[in-house]
Amino acid sequence: MKLDAKIPEGPLAGKWSKHKFNLKLVNPANKRKYTVIVVGTGLAGASAAASLAELGYNVKAFCYQDSPRRAHSIAAQGGINAAKNYQNDGDSVHRLFYDTIKGGDYRAREGNVYRLAEVSVNIIDQCVAQGVPFAREYGGLLDNRSFGGSQVSRTFYARGQTGQQLLLGAYSALNRQINLGKVKMFTRHEMMDVVKIEGEAKGIVTRDLITGEIETHAAHAVLLCTGGYGNVFYLSTNAMGCNVTAAWKAHKRGAYFANPCFTQIHPTCIPVTGDHQSKLTLMSESLRNDGRVWAPKTVELAQKLRKGELKVTDLKEDDRDYFLERKYPAFGNLVPRDVASRNAKEIVDEGRGVGASGIAVYLDFAEAIGRLGEDAVRARYGNLFDMYQQITDENPYKQPMRIYPAVHYTMGGLWVDYNLQTTVKGLYCLGEANFSDHGANRLGASALMQGLADGYFVIPYTLGDYLATIGPDAVDIKHIAFEDAKKSVVDRVNHLLSLKGTKTVNEYHRELGHIMWEYCGMARTEEGLIKAKGMIRELREDFWKNAMVSGTNNEFNQSLENAGRVADFLELGELMVDDALNRKESCGGHFRLESQTEEGEALRDDDNYAYAAAWEYKGDNQAEVLHKEELVFENVKLSQRSYK
Amino acid sequence: MNLTLKVWRQKNADTKGKFVTYQADHVSPDMSFLEMLDVVNEDLTKKGDDPIHFDHDCREGICGACSLHINGRPHGPKQGITTCQLHMRTFKDNDTVVIEPWRAEAFPVIKDLAVDRRAFDRIQAAGGFVSVNTGGVPDANAIPIPKVIADEAFNSATCIGCGACVAACKNASAMLFVSAKVSQLALLPQGQPERYRRVQAMVAQMDAEGFGSCTNTGACEAECPKEISITNIARMNRDYLTAKLIKQEEA
Repeated sequence: MKLDAKIPEGPLAGKWSKHKFNLKLVNPANKRKYTVIVVGTGLAGASAAASLAELGYNVKAFCYQDSPRRAHSIAAQGGINAAKNYQNDGDSVHRLFYDTIKGGDYRAREGNVYRLAEVSVNIIDQCVAQGVPFAREYGGLLDNRSFGGSQVSRTFYARGQTGQQLLLGAYSALNRQINLGKVKMFTRHEMMDVVKIEGEAKGIVTRDLITGEIETHAAHAVLLCTGGYGNVFYLSTNAMGCNVTAAWKAHKRGAYFANPCFTQIHPTCIPVTGDHQSKLTLMSESLRNDGRVWAPKTVELAQKLRKGELKVTDLKEDDRDYFLERKYPAFGNLVPRDVASRNAKEIVDEGRGVGASGIAVYLDFAEAIGRLGEDAVRARYGNLFDMYQQITDENPYKQPMRIYPAVHYTMGGLWVDYNLQTTVKGLYCLGEANFSDHGANRLGASALMQGLADGYFVIPYTLGDYLATIGPDAVDIKHIAFEDAKKSVVDRVNHLLSLKGTKTVNEYHRELGHIMWEYCGMARTEEGLIKAKGMIRELREDFWKNAMVSGTNNEFNQSLENAGRVADFLELGELMVDDALNRKESCGGHFRLESQTEEGEALRDDDNYAYAAAWEYKGDNQAEVLHKEELVFENVKLSQRSYK
Repeated sequence: MNLTLKVWRQKNADTKGKFVTYQADHVSPDMSFLEMLDVVNEDLTKKGDDPIHFDHDCREGICGACSLHINGRPHGPKQGITTCQLHMRTFKDNDTVVIEPWRAEAFPVIKDLAVDRRAFDRIQAAGGFVSVNTGGVPDANAIPIPKVIADEAFNSATCIGCGACVAACKNASAMLFVSAKVSQLALLPQGQPERYRRVQAMVAQMDAEGFGSCTNTGACEAECPKEISITNIARMNRDYLTAKLIKQEEA
């Protein structure tokens, strides 16, 4: 199958308007004859479900949490970008487009990214109209800040919980439609499979997490808004329940998976304390505006610090290596996320890491406290300092924080065209779950923007075109395809429940995470990736022989839920490694040690790799087939990033 | 450190529950409370026993999923945090820790420590929104809002919907939760057109769900992990009374 991204012809700035005009419309009287399934209720899912219901479609929405409000969009701290140019500082749709394409290291589509920047301004209007309490100036207008090294102030925020406030806005719109009877909400339901009839998605199979009932649901189209797959690394900043299952099942039913190896590792997270660690906590990267990153100059000093023979506050200035300031004098501590992360890893690999585990570097506010005073630092970062102290029992006003990178976001995901349709007709993918807008690296405050852009302002238009084409005839839930899909889900559940080995599912997950982090994390090599592939295969085979899953199907069974998700991660992990192996260049968050500049920066190979890698599933334990979508750049000039 | 846990175990909503005692040994002070339970659950799984079920997700204090009643207090002994942010250094060696689910008629137990909090969603669906469709809204800066008002609305909006206020209240009243939601929109200009309709609809749903009445003990405020103020309750009561005084068509 040849990939057709369906990017409209014509000048960049007119593509979306032209496309919207060319899309077919569904007659208002016919809309109520259609049913749309939305899986996931984060920013993308909740906004899509609400907006489609407002148009008149019947929506069935599903989430695994006990309430749609708990989707992990809620945890985003920093903010949301929009090209409002309220600050009169030179921002524009084109600049946001350019920054996003460049930030993604030229591995995203121009057309998609431009549309994202274009609709960003509508998102802020929409959220304010819903009553989202963004930060404001004394004059009553919205406040902005510069975020993630951006040279303009385009980030809108709601203290440190922008994600929660935006999600509550989308959730309120969703609730309104639930109240009106246009959305039927299914909480504590997990999507187990996609149902296809004659090649088109016509429904899903779900498991009721409380009763265990396996149910089928029919619809005219299915939207997957199921988030990222960062938990393949076991430890990440994702919520415990975040998983790849819905996307992976869709992949196995014919949806190509694009750029799976593109993962983002966030530099300022609280380090791991031991094997009991279940997740990692991110602290906003705004900390790097005033904090200075350093490590002891020598391995000997690091060892003394680790053993407690030396106190960090007693370490002389001469014995400290402010490595980001030293290596990147122009950007210093504000280098992009991937650069900051990789440098911290290098320090730890050299044996200069700190903390009991030796897997951390310092983030020091002593200079900022001296310059601004403790009160000013508290006003800026008080909530983050409190959180840090709560978790580590160390006072960051008195001694430097310890930080280490953690997996945070996945740029890869299901391949979608300009309409957000996957390679399966009628199956759409929105938000972090798709691959479309961030290329090889996502800029800060752009995840919230993309989720809401897809849900509020893209899918309501593009879905109509498909629905108008297929017509409103009801989907037959009695079709054999539903029965078949249900049976395969029941078989799989029974297979999982039959596993009565000696190793817990968590142990497998942790091992997989170690492999992924070690060989497919911040720095990747051909040798390491080949090794990882073998290790993952072995682990997966062992899982199906030796894992232990407790309980039965007909009950609330978290052990079974987790087993299904980890089983899918064990398959995804191998595909990520394949993708990383295939992409011999470095770009954005994907760093192949074999491909770097003399300065140690990611070295792209635009002649050979300026494409999105879309993988086609061919069967269990079969090699996936690579399809390339060549990326065409007509409006930006590809350049090498440098932060010296 | 070594701890004795007394954990509420209940197979499902239809079965009677009971406390079961477990030993949690070699607990690291750096563990979070939920990580301590993870380790206990790994042991139970290995022994072939059913692990303890509890709700949790983000583990960074914002999703509102975690919901344990620890030694008689929602989210445990510390102020202003959720259970997932509670760390084991708060406890001492040989402590006994009693862990229960939220106790409220409107929050039936699903299994062990997990309860059904969909009543909160239904209250929200009854009126916790501004009726605007996607698109066709004014420019964001066309609605100036004084900073103090915006900040106050934000304070109300920080509610994470965990239900600790209900669990803390001897009447299992949901007034803090509902009033925080009502207040956020009642304070903002966007919420004015539906202000009185909203408060009535949400209070009616709250009553229908079987939550108790408010008797102003303030336990909700004391236990709220986001430290939401009972000023919100006063605000909601005022709006509710006002709504009752004005004509139906104006409300």
